[in-house]
Amino acid sequence: MDNLAELLHGFTIAVTAPHLALMAVGVLLGILVGVLPGLGAPNGVSLLLPLTFGMQPVSAIILLSSMYWGALFGGSVTSILFNIPGEPSSVATTFDGYPMARDGRPTTALATAFGSAAFGALVGVILITFLASWVAQVALAFGPAEYFAVYFLAFASFVGMGGAAPIKTVVALAIGFAIAAIGIDTVSGSVRLTMGIDELVKGVSFVVAVMGLFGIGELLVAVEEEFHARAVSSKIDWREVFRAVGRLPRHGVALLRSAAIGCWMGITPGGPTAASFMSYGIARRFSRRGRYFGTGEVEGIISPETADHAAGTSALLPMLSLGIPGSATAAVMMGGLMIWGLNPGPMLFVDSKDFVWGLIASMYVGNIVAVALVLLTVPVFAALMRIPFVVIAPLIVIICVVGAYSVSNSYLDVVMMLGFGVIGYLFKKLFYPLAPLVLAIVIGDKAEDAFRQSMLMSKGSLGIFFANKLVTCLIVAGIALLLLPLVLQLARFWRKPASPAAGATSQEKVII
Amino acid sequence: MGRTSTSLLSAAAIVLAGTVPALSAWQPQKPIEFVATAGPGGGTDNLARAVQNIITKHKLTDQPIVVVNKGGGSGAEGYVYGKASAGDPYKVIFGTSNAWQQPLVSKVAFNYTDLTPIAAMAQDEFLLWVKQDAPYKNAGDYLKAAASGEFKMGGAQSKDTDEVLTRMIEKAGKVKLTYIPFKSGAETAVQLAGGHLDSHVNNPSESLGQWRGGTQRPLCVFSPKRLPQGPKVTAAEGWGDVPTCVEQGLDIKQYEQPRTVWLPGKVTPDQAAFYVDLMKKVQATPEWKDYIEKTSQVDTFLTGAEFDKFIKEDLEHVKQVAGEQGWLVK
Repeated sequence: MDNLAELLHGFTIAVTAPHLALMAVGVLLGILVGVLPGLGAPNGVSLLLPLTFGMQPVSAIILLSSMYWGALFGGSVTSILFNIPGEPSSVATTFDGYPMARDGRPTTALATAFGSAAFGALVGVILITFLASWVAQVALAFGPAEYFAVYFLAFASFVGMGGAAPIKTVVALAIGFAIAAIGIDTVSGSVRLTMGIDELVKGVSFVVAVMGLFGIGELLVAVEEEFHARAVSSKIDWREVFRAVGRLPRHGVALLRSAAIGCWMGITPGGPTAASFMSYGIARRFSRRGRYFGTGEVEGIISPETADHAAGTSALLPMLSLGIPGSATAAVMMGGLMIWGLNPGPMLFVDSKDFVWGLIASMYVGNIVAVALVLLTVPVFAALMRIPFVVIAPLIVIICVVGAYSVSNSYLDVVMMLGFGVIGYLFKKLFYPLAPLVLAIVIGDKAEDAFRQSMLMSKGSLGIFFANKLVTCLIVAGIALLLLPLVLQLARFWRKPASPAAGATSQEKVII
Repeated sequence: MGRTSTSLLSAAAIVLAGTVPALSAWQPQKPIEFVATAGPGGGTDNLARAVQNIITKHKLTDQPIVVVNKGGGSGAEGYVYGKASAGDPYKVIFGTSNAWQQPLVSKVAFNYTDLTPIAAMAQDEFLLWVKQDAPYKNAGDYLKAAASGEFKMGGAQSKDTDEVLTRMIEKAGKVKLTYIPFKSGAETAVQLAGGHLDSHVNNPSESLGQWRGGTQRPLCVFSPKRLPQGPKVTAAEGWGDVPTCVEQGLDIKQYEQPRTVWLPGKVTPDQAAFYVDLMKKVQATPEWKDYIEKTSQVDTFLTGAEFDKFIKEDLEHVKQVAGEQGWLVK
């Protein structure tokens, strides 16, 4: 239990008055940048970075990582209240969080999200405390073929789960892949699908796509459907915050399963976004109330949030020990590490023990500080829902426009964001699912790169996907998930040949 | 009397003419934007932020500086942005040699001639890296083993500096390598550590941590002479202990990647002179020396005709390799 001794030493570094103050400041700033869409964690952290140059590396990383925790929590706020995910990893939270908030239960939705996020983060930290050296080794086993298998698994767990008509899911996926392909292709270096617009060489930013698809798309639907136009009368109820958190243990299975998925996707380099989608997809299939998912189910919030934070936290370890940043924010922090004179890589754990264990200890404390602060803000945020639609709707438009513009100070992004809004609206009206579209935009190009890198390595042989135990297991699991609904349907069909179309109508309504 | 005063005046005029341009006739009147043609955390981004930090700390200009990242399309996003900002002296573009290399091999909507070159600051070196437990001890052994034709070489991006160097190694060493492009040098380093690749040609800073951690080691450096010694990286060795590739029979004398600074096109010579001067001041600070040492780069400063000459030479060279590979875009 060397690690435990190191951790205790880490606590003596992390739990000091100045460091606790830094955590509080970092978390509050983080919540702020998380809630203001378009600012986001990576921008917030890079704005703060120059201020840390004069600090001790431990203090600096504590400030920045606390800001990161705050931003992750803050990102869920806009997902739940306005259907605008601030980070790719909080997209899946909108599926049930937003309906629940619209249903007059914003306090419950927010408190549930924060509570399960904190649980996920805690599991992630415990994992890296005790399995630090093992975890670093696992990530090394991942070559292009294994990467592709992980992405395949994420797609399979989401695609095969039913809900929308399978053919519509495939269409949504295909559009998503096409959008992800815009810009420069890593493998061939050539420019693809820019349609004569020079600026498109940069590709389509996730934020632009999601703000349009979710924020503007939802707004268009709401304008059309009258019931949305009423303000939600939510009482500011402090007790409900604690009641919602207190109810979490009842969903113990969902919590543990999601944390496990999150940790697995965090250490294998699948990342938080794939983790949250996968966790949502699997919960939808295995939860007893799975068919109500998409209408404001508690487990539909717990699953993605827990997995997101478990993955986000455990993904910090490969960053420190291997030097691969798992997210844009981690990349900025890594830049910081270099400027502070530390080198992310295998030797960091040996050379800078105080730094590493101070950081890990601060992850325990920082997350507790973050969840405490963020729970205090719940009633304030929930009160936003009482603002009438005529006021909030223009605000959402402004937020989306400013957010899209600030991604890279480009008007083209604003135009594209509005275009995505129309696509989002059409998808909703025609019962096409948005989730596979977003998933394909976010990890489609990565999956494509990994597949083509594998093909280069194997000189075109698919055998590379069955070359070792690890990749074979992942691929087989993916195929199994993909075929499961088909098998179940066949089984049902044989047992009850009379009613093949049962449940089809109820499914139509909960397409997400 | 009249005569002396005129000559005094003209003497004063000459003195003035001599001093004023040195102080820079043009001064910025509003905030300056530093455009990093790379995502946050990469080498180019680090440079832009280090320069920003030095300027702010030493108050080298009165105007605030903001760093924005436009790294989409392997940096093309930033250069296209620079091209679109023609005549605007408040946008400073930070890039690498891909400013002139990328337009050769992909249909991007810019060329380096659309921009005003300011300077090349800092050069990154390239080394040939193999996995720690690989059997070969030098470049000669490596080439012998690579003759089997089964070697996988990783690198950042496609048809970019890493792949150009890979093709040069193929030619000089008479071997065939399978080049696998990844998003970044850091990602490539991890792939080598995991044994999914046989080698890569990372810059020192991209693999420093991996070398110290004993997952990979450099065989040789693509430089005419060995790197400056500096502090030891592993227990036994530092950068200066790495032999040059030429020493080991891999005849590639020099290959390096400059970090480049540009203004948009159509700016006045005064405006360009201001930034050349500003970058010179940055380079004279102790913080700059510190940055160079921490990122294991080589300090250099090319501007004006020297920079032009460098670009032309590099362009000729890359054109030749790209032509042989059939990469050139029409």
